[in-house]
Amino acid sequence: MAVIAKDGYIDLVRDRVENFNGNQLVHVGWDDHLLFSAAQAFPLPPEMPFQVLVSEVMTSVFNDHPDFANIDWSTVKWVLDGESFVPDMDKSLKDNGVGHKSLIRFKTPGLMGINGTRL
Amino acid sequence: MTAKRLNLRKRYELLTRGMGWETTHQKMDDVFPYDTFEGIKITDWDKWEDPFRLTMDAYWKFQAEKERKLYAVIDSFAQNNGQTNLADASYLSAIKLFITGVTPIEYAAHRGFAHLGRHFRGDGARIACQMQAIDELRHQQTQVHTISHYNKHFDGLHDPFHQFDRVWYLSVPKAFSEDALSAGPFEFITSISFAFEYVLTNLLFVPFMSGAAYNGDMATVTFGFSAQSDESRHMTLGLEIIKFMLEQHEDNLPIVQRWMDKHFWRAYRLLALVATMQDYMLTNSPMSWKEAWEVYFVENGGALFEDLSRYGLRMPKYHELATAEADHISHQVWSVFCSLGNATGFHTFLPTEEKMAWLSEKYPDTFDKYYRPRFEYWHQQQKDGTFEFQKGLPQLCQVCQIPMVFTEVQTDPMQISYRVTEHGGDKYHFCSDGCKDIFEHEPEKYVQAWLPVHQIFQGNCGGETLPEVLEWYKFTAEDSGNYIGSRDHARWQEWKGADVAVKQA
Repeated sequence: MAVIAKDGYIDLVRDRVENFNGNQLVHVGWDDHLLFSAAQAFPLPPEMPFQVLVSEVMTSVFNDHPDFANIDWSTVKWVLDGESFVPDMDKSLKDNGVGHKSLIRFKTPGLMGINGTRL
Repeated sequence: MTAKRLNLRKRYELLTRGMGWETTHQKMDDVFPYDTFEGIKITDWDKWEDPFRLTMDAYWKFQAEKERKLYAVIDSFAQNNGQTNLADASYLSAIKLFITGVTPIEYAAHRGFAHLGRHFRGDGARIACQMQAIDELRHQQTQVHTISHYNKHFDGLHDPFHQFDRVWYLSVPKAFSEDALSAGPFEFITSISFAFEYVLTNLLFVPFMSGAAYNGDMATVTFGFSAQSDESRHMTLGLEIIKFMLEQHEDNLPIVQRWMDKHFWRAYRLLALVATMQDYMLTNSPMSWKEAWEVYFVENGGALFEDLSRYGLRMPKYHELATAEADHISHQVWSVFCSLGNATGFHTFLPTEEKMAWLSEKYPDTFDKYYRPRFEYWHQQQKDGTFEFQKGLPQLCQVCQIPMVFTEVQTDPMQISYRVTEHGGDKYHFCSDGCKDIFEHEPEKYVQAWLPVHQIFQGNCGGETLPEVLEWYKFTAEDSGNYIGSRDHARWQEWKGADVAVKQA
């Protein structure tokens, strides 16, 4: 459907990737860890290696959770925009198919939050 | 024999039927250019019935009387240092959220009704909207005057209108009111007068004003009472406009139903902030959000829609989900505020043992199972001195703009509810099917949304660091953070003595 307006409608997409100064917006959510009430948003260069996303960006926020240090990254299950996927850690976000406003979710088998409460 | 003064009924008739005319020099459609493009068909504006039939002179008289009473109470509240009779100074977090999040909506409603008061073709509807425009301005003004007393003694109350336009969580009420303001006049009045005021306003005013009474805030109680008689007139207008549209033409039904679905969901999402005030921010809560939802929406709203079913109108879409969510939303929203309490314009605080016992009682199916563990964990961290505010910024819903904290309450309450769609090659994320439907119906409108987190990343909010953004919001260092240890807390202890300090520890 289209908006019903009196005199046309201005074409303004406020969150075009061009507006992010060379970055793209990426969301990362840690399933079964609701101590983080929502997925986190980050402005990241598309050329950033996936490894850096994990070791720097995700670590900077999720490291506050006691489970984070215990993650065995070889067993992590990743979901990119609703599809499960296996990231290539050495390749860039872009080459891994992570686009502007993508949502990356990850599950950490065996780690189910504080005392197994999914927090 | 000379004619005596006209009676009220006659005067109302002359005011609303006799003062308008069919224009001849200009076409009526040019004089009233806004009331047809939405597709609502009105065949006879004279069928408009206003049960209040208020004339201007009667209106001024009533309002002046209420003003006199209100300002007398405000004066005596100030002279008697009424602020010292509050249950606790932490209660003021609710008032801070009210003045920054609700009072500016009153002003937005004033703007909207002033527009309708000029642009509806029917004189009766125009007069009703003009009066409501004045009411809304009066509400905004009396709220500012009443709460300004607290501003002399407490932080976080100094710049509500500046903050309304900028702060991350205040974009929720701002986007709500601008959605209605930027629609046509019939959609605006359906949104504000019916979905918000008729269906949902009791959820804002009754528990909130009783909440003020329960916490010794007689100032807020007084402006609540002063606004209440206006609210009943507004609610009547809301019901009248719906019936009027539905009676005028059968083609209006699908349009009205879609607006009802949309604005119910929009207003309901906004009320997540009210649910949070009610359950967590009030020191003493007169009733829980869930109880209020059961009474004011499930029972009263159910009866209303049963009554409206003779026009073909059905309950708003996703109302069952809203009822299922009543067990969850206040806990979810307060959790996000507590974890981002270094960026709020009010103080956050974890629920006390006493409060948690109350929450367990009011939410027997959910609080102990899903929510108590996180508050207890944070309590332990605060005790150990390891509690830290969250470092990142949350993902936001494109439509309601609330951080994406809502979960799949009907299937898995610990799973965040993620919805997504694509438009023009870009992805858009939503917290619910309700918000996603709204977007998909009018994507051109919501791709323009000013999402605070995205705006920070685009460099439009004063800088990249938290202190820069908070400065741009005009938050001072004293406005944010934990209540315990704040300047408000210290002042309260000074007034109330050591007893309070012991009780709170």
